[in-house]
Amino acid sequence: MSQGILVFVEQRGGQVRKASLEALSEAHRRAAAVGGDVSAVLIGSGVKGLAAQLGKFGAKKVLVVDNAALENYSTETFTQALTEAVKKVSPKYVFAACTSMAKDFIPRAAARLDAACVSDAMDFVTEGANLCPVRPMYSGKTFGTYSLSGDLSFITLRPNVFALSEAGGDAAVEDLSLEISAPKAKVVAVHAAEGNKVELSEAAIVVSGGRGIKGPENWPVLQGLCDALGAALGASRAVVDAGWIDHQFQVGQTGKTVSPQLYIACGISGAIQHLAGMSSSKVIVAINKDPEAPIFKHATYGIVGDVLEVVPKLTDAVRKLHEHN
Amino acid sequence: MKIAVCVKAVPDTEAKIAIADGKKNIDFAGVRFVTSPYDEFAIEEALKLKEKLGGDTTVISMGGAECTDVLRDSLARGIDNAVHLNDADFAGLDTLSTAKVLASAIKDGGYEIVFMGQQGVGGDNSQVPSMLAELLGFAQATMAVKFECDGTTFKAEREIEGAHEFIEGSLPAVISAQKGLNEPRYPGIKGVMAARRKEIAVKDAAALGVKGQVGGANLKATIKEMALPPERPQGRKIEGDSDAQVSELVKLLRSEAHVL
Ligand SMILES: Cc1cc2nc3c(=O)[nH]c(=O)nc-3n(C[C@H](O)[C@H](O)[C@H](O)COP(=O)(O)OP(=O)(O)OC[C@H]3O[C@@H](n4cnc5c(N)ncnc54)[C@H](O)[C@@H]3O)c2cc1C
Ligand SMILES: Nc1ncnc2c1ncn2[C@@H]1O[C@H](COP(=O)(O)O)[C@@H](O)[C@H]1O
Repeated sequence: MSQGILVFVEQRGGQVRKASLEALSEAHRRAAAVGGDVSAVLIGSGVKGLAAQLGKFGAKKVLVVDNAALENYSTETFTQALTEAVKKVSPKYVFAACTSMAKDFIPRAAARLDAACVSDAMDFVTEGANLCPVRPMYSGKTFGTYSLSGDLSFITLRPNVFALSEAGGDAAVEDLSLEISAPKAKVVAVHAAEGNKVELSEAAIVVSGGRGIKGPENWPVLQGLCDALGAALGASRAVVDAGWIDHQFQVGQTGKTVSPQLYIACGISGAIQHLAGMSSSKVIVAINKDPEAPIFKHATYGIVGDVLEVVPKLTDAVRKLHEHN
Repeated sequence: MKIAVCVKAVPDTEAKIAIADGKKNIDFAGVRFVTSPYDEFAIEEALKLKEKLGGDTTVISMGGAECTDVLRDSLARGIDNAVHLNDADFAGLDTLSTAKVLASAIKDGGYEIVFMGQQGVGGDNSQVPSMLAELLGFAQATMAVKFECDGTTFKAEREIEGAHEFIEGSLPAVISAQKGLNEPRYPGIKGVMAARRKEIAVKDAAALGVKGQVGGANLKATIKEMALPPERPQGRKIEGDSDAQVSELVKLLRSEAHVL
């Protein structure tokens, strides 16, 4: 009988993702209801040193699949490593942060093990020892609560939604050595994109610009606010389509989904497809010169005004605040 | 080269979403169905590949009557053949069952490449392409923003957090399209006329050999309840000139919202 929760902890270049630690923290919080232990699995090359810290976040045991063939992420090699870890632990649930890596290989692992898969959970309802993930659908216009059946289910969790907590203790670290099969497709290179220092989908604060910023020459105005706040820069599709900024910055239905603590929409009208990517933000600030702009219906705080006038003042005010603290 | 494209019929993204009685699904009354936006990139990539290497393109859609117009739209853009997977058993399938049905339609067809969208809008799962690749034993590249293929191998580029990944693999493969992959062409009047005369092949669960294997008790993930998102508390407009607005905003973000 399967028991407990296994958390896939994502690392790239020796850095554990914060969103994975959130997933681990949530697994720790849900473990009592589910029954069994929380374990974690780390996959990569030279990653064993990252294992011990996972105890703090709730892992009782960390399986490490450390193999030179796993240096770069590839769908099939990671699918093999994860499914072997699952067979070893027999968990009832596998959690992973909903990142581009997880979106690529978690469903493949679920299909290999003939298991349920639910993506982008934002909450859970418990029904006895069963977890029912709650997730946005129709770009956040509805929420679905799922019933899962079978001995095993895979669930990915939206970054920035579940609180980090260091309520755990020590973890036992165990090697899982595997012969990694050659994949039919593999990642041959990874090139860092020039972009945000803080990853948009994981940033605690996001400042986004839309057509209201008037032109690409004004990005430095928003970047100044980003720097003052330690925020990531985002954009509406209109300005991406206009070629003012790269698609990696786009927030919305056909861009990234973000749920920061604070989202500041600058000169963005608030089209439904934009809201799809940011409506789960905790606090939304809108700066728009049109008092009728739809974004104001969703904003916690609204400022009717010119972005190019308001944003520099806001940047100054934030800088002053930080100087005093 | 035999090329397949999987397209999903989804409610128009502008559609007003209401929850149906029973709270298990949205209310489809009056909802217009369209090709899922990412699938338009998949169709375009299939057409481009055929133009380059020659071959035959087939569009496949699983679902009810809403698929017909969507399949015709693909034909109008230039796809050669259309297959509609339609059976009462296919209603309300989860992602794994969906992938199983699609796999049953693709596996013996000699397809070397399957183009899909990275996400079916509405369900917003982003799962079926990876599941299908596994069930077929194909290579995969999901969320591709660039794609090249010479008939035996392929190269793809995908956007990940803060970086781009470059993938190389061998066919057969499943490729899922991200926005940016290409600029979809729209059907011309001639294409629309020609598509009307084309036949859409319909296959049910028995013809696909999946009778009793998908849906019903086979479902692993079902919706227990659907609800509208929690109402956001009524927001507040901050009045005054820009200096007053900014200082009030900073105060509220600090002492009321606790985010600064
Ligand atoms: C299938 C589909 C998918 C889509 N996906 C996305 C998506 O992922 N993300 C997305 O963002 N959009 C998406 N869109 C597009 C979306 O519908 C809107 O067109 C887009 O979000 C508008 O961008 P905007 O708010 O920057 O521009 P606009 O709608 O033009 O709004 C500009 C705003 O700036 C304000 N403004 C102008 N000047 C100033 C000033 N000086 N100071 C302050 N305010 C000013 C105006 O009042 C206006 O409200 C999608 C559309 C479709 C059909
Ligand atoms: N019912 C379906 N019929 C055909 N293709 C589908 C269907 N459902 C999903 N797909 C394909 O899988 C992709 C991703 O869907 P999803 O995993 O549901 O987000 C879609 O863009 C389609 O290419």
